[in-house]
Amino acid sequence: METNHKFHQETGFPWKHIWGLIASLVLTAIAFWLALATHQPPALVITVIVILGVGQLLVQLYMFMHFTESDDKAWQVPAIYFAIFIAFTVVAGSIWIMSFKALVA
Amino acid sequence: MSDAHTAVHGGHHPVDPSVPVEYHHEENSLRIAGFWVFLGSDLVLFSCLFATYVVMHGRTAGGPTSNQLFDVTGFTIETIALLFSSFTCGLATYEMRRGNRNAMVMWLLITIALGLVFLGFEITEFVQDASSGARMQTSGFLSAFFTLVGTHGCHVSMGILWMSGVVVQLIRRGITPITARKAFIVSIYWHFLDAVWIFIFTVVYLTGKVL
Repeated sequence: METNHKFHQETGFPWKHIWGLIASLVLTAIAFWLALATHQPPALVITVIVILGVGQLLVQLYMFMHFTESDDKAWQVPAIYFAIFIAFTVVAGSIWIMSFKALVA
Repeated sequence: MSDAHTAVHGGHHPVDPSVPVEYHHEENSLRIAGFWVFLGSDLVLFSCLFATYVVMHGRTAGGPTSNQLFDVTGFTIETIALLFSSFTCGLATYEMRRGNRNAMVMWLLITIALGLVFLGFEITEFVQDASSGARMQTSGFLSAFFTLVGTHGCHVSMGILWMSGVVVQLIRRGITPITARKAFIVSIYWHFLDAVWIFIFTVVYLTGKVL
């Protein structure tokens, strides 16, 4: 039987998990410092920390959640990206439509 | 791992040793795939609560604002506890795939303990908020806040109960394709909750301190 390359082989020291932890701590620390220790404009701070949050989501998915693994096609990848698309549409659309009155008034 | 193969396949059906034990059996693969679809729908559920929160953030109705309410020490400890619990939960899956049941159970118990630390700080925060007059019925902002953060807290509570049940089964039955599948699914649920918390930390707590 040919070797299955779709699964991450758990051999040796768990470096992938260590790097995942370090990445998530560094991203958290940057967001924390930007929001609480600097005095940049709020719109800039919020944009950057939301982007850092998306980075955290990708760290969880790819470093910890075995996101791309499956014994068949990895159907969860398009499913989760579609869910992320819907989630951002709902949040960004709500912000846009609820601030619309302020724009036209 | 080889014992588990023999038990399930009767010892005469070859199993690809590079496929992790939780994927042995087509039903296990289907359940894992189905759980990913659930995580997608749960993500959309949280996005609706986030959208409500963002829209209601400024509607304080004379009650406390987010900047007055949020305690930096509390939410920082909650974040660190959850980030480390996601790491230890990942190590549990790592040990599961190496067939080390005891190490796996130990990492799962550490994950549960960190989850309890997180819940303890969150409940303390909620009780302090409510006793200082910041209740769910005080303002639109607080209704949305308690609904969003409380829904995540309910998920974490469910995850702790669920993971404890899986630990009991692992101790009694060892790592079999069925217990491995259950442990794998509860672990991706736990990582997902950490990802949702990161957005609560960003959109609710940090943004609440900036605005």
